[in-house]
Amino acid sequence: MAKTGKDLEVRREQSAFQAESTRARQVFIPRTDIIEKTDSIILIADMPGVDEQHMDITLEKGVLTIYGTVDAAYHQECRVAYAEYGIGDYRRSFRVTDEIDQDKIEATVKNGVLRLILHKAEQAKPKKITVKTG
Amino acid sequence: MLIPGFREFDWMQDIRLELDRMQREVGRLFSGTSIPYSQRFPAINVWSKEDNVLVTVEVPGIVPDNVDISVEGDVMTLSGSRVQEELEEGEAYHRQERPHGSFRKSVRLPFRADGNKVEASYEKGILTVKLPRVESDKPRKITIKSE
Repeated sequence: MAKTGKDLEVRREQSAFQAESTRARQVFIPRTDIIEKTDSIILIADMPGVDEQHMDITLEKGVLTIYGTVDAAYHQECRVAYAEYGIGDYRRSFRVTDEIDQDKIEATVKNGVLRLILHKAEQAKPKKITVKTG
Repeated sequence: MLIPGFREFDWMQDIRLELDRMQREVGRLFSGTSIPYSQRFPAINVWSKEDNVLVTVEVPGIVPDNVDISVEGDVMTLSGSRVQEELEEGEAYHRQERPHGSFRKSVRLPFRADGNKVEASYEKGILTVKLPRVESDKPRKITIKSE
């Protein structure tokens, strides 16, 4: 069984630039790790500044979208002396195939990291076939 | 003529910082993801106020105890590490974009900071460090006496 690349069940659907945003602010694509385990797929996304109340996860027509809103109100009384990162929201979409049990997706947010556990559907789990002697 | 504290001087500095930032941004856009992460992780912003400076760092998913902050004069150094997910037999990364491993980064502050009065907090993956300006370094208001 190929372990990398070819049998991706979760693929990047689109970049954030393709769709117009309804909010006038920058939208970033969060860096994401995707790990395949035997009975699940783990998706880990870096979304600093987002907590569980500001995380929006939707699954529609086989497309999983994560959207994190960042409260930009902070440090407004200060002057920016040096900047390496911009403040904005995060969005990224992934296509989810039938091999994922779409009713069993777990999500947790801790220290600005979103962790999604996508359980594989029963039929997609690897099965061992024993060969009988004839 | 550039006189520190003069309004135009502030403005010039802003332009210079903005140009610096733009240059880095362009470099980042063309570099793709081939540049080793250690060179740019974590991203640091510096916010300045009259008597103190706020340094915010985007370091999601770390243990705050594993981060070391040190201040020497007007340079703040941040070092630490971020662990990657441990894989078991038969598990594999399909995509690995999040930087991991140890990092060390220094940033120059707009003024000398008092290393003994540094306050740091970690929330939602953002490390915020508040550094007060060294007392002797604070700008003094000079009153002009009239005779």
